[in-house]
Amino acid sequence: MMYAALWRILPGPWWVRVLILVVLLTAVLYGLFVFAFPYISEIVNPQEVTIE
Amino acid sequence: MRSRGRGTSVFGVVGELLITAGVVVLLYVVWQLWVGDAIQGAQNNAAGAELSQEWDSLPVPEPTPVEEEAEAAAPVIADEPSDGELFGVMRIPRFGEDYAVPMAGGVSRAVTLDPIGIGHYPGTPMPGDIGNVALAAHRTTYGAPFNRIAELQLGDAIVIETSDGWYTYRFRTLEYVTPSQVDVLDAVPQLSATPDGERYLTMTSCSPMFSLAERIVAYSVFDSFQPRADGPPAALEGTA
Repeated sequence: MMYAALWRILPGPWWVRVLILVVLLTAVLYGLFVFAFPYISEIVNPQEVTIE
Repeated sequence: MRSRGRGTSVFGVVGELLITAGVVVLLYVVWQLWVGDAIQGAQNNAAGAELSQEWDSLPVPEPTPVEEEAEAAAPVIADEPSDGELFGVMRIPRFGEDYAVPMAGGVSRAVTLDPIGIGHYPGTPMPGDIGNVALAAHRTTYGAPFNRIAELQLGDAIVIETSDGWYTYRFRTLEYVTPSQVDVLDAVPQLSATPDGERYLTMTSCSPMFSLAERIVAYSVFDSFQPRADGPPAALEGTA
C-alpha cells in the first residue's frame, strides 16, 4: 500500500532505493528525537522538581 | 492486492498508518528512557565544560600568599544571578568524570531547568555563604542532571565551579518529602527557627522517577573553597 507505493516511486536500482530510504528514515528519526518528542513529553509527562 | 479494489487498499493504508503509529510510540518510549537524556545530557556537559574553559581563560589574580598554612581561603560570595543567568558549573565525580552541568538563577522550567540544567532557588544564599544553598534540576528528561541523585553516598564531593573558584560540599543524606514541604529550603533545613551559622546545600528533584507525587532531597554540608588561582580542588582529581 503506502510503503509499497513509496518503493515504486523511488528511482534507481534497489540499492539506491534502500540508500534513499535509510536517509529518509534517519531524517525522520532525527526530527522525532530532537523536535517532536521533547515537545510531546512536556504534554504527556510533566516533570516538576521544585518545592513550592 | 491492487486488483482487489479500493476498499482493500484503504484498509491497507489504515493498517500501515496504525503500525507506523505503534512504532512511533515505541520510539517515544526509547527516547524517553534512554536517548533523549543522553542527547541533552551530553549537550549540558559540553556547555558546562565550555563555561569552565572560558573562566580558565580569564585573567586571574595572583594566588594570595598563604599567611597561615592552616587557614583555608574564605569563600568568595557571588551576587545572586538573575533568572536564567549562568553562574556556575556543577561537578559531581560520582555522576561521571565528564559530568559538568551549567547552573543558572531561578527554578522556572521554561527559563532555567529545561534549557540550561540546574537552577538556583531565588532568595537562597549563594555557594559558600552561610545558610542553605538550594538547587533544583530534572531527574528524568531534559538531560536529567540529577538522574543519579539517589546513588550519592556519604561524603561524596559535590563541587560548584564558578568564575571565582570551586566550592566543595560533602553529601550527607537523602530525604523524600511532599512537593509542598518548603522548610527543606530553610537556612537550616527544616529548622528555620534555629540558624546555626553553618553552610548547607540542598538539591531537590522529582521522586519517584517520571512522577509528580513526591520530591527527593539531597543534603550536603560545606567542606572547602578553593580560589580560581589555586586550580581545581583535590576532590575533582581525575575528572575532565
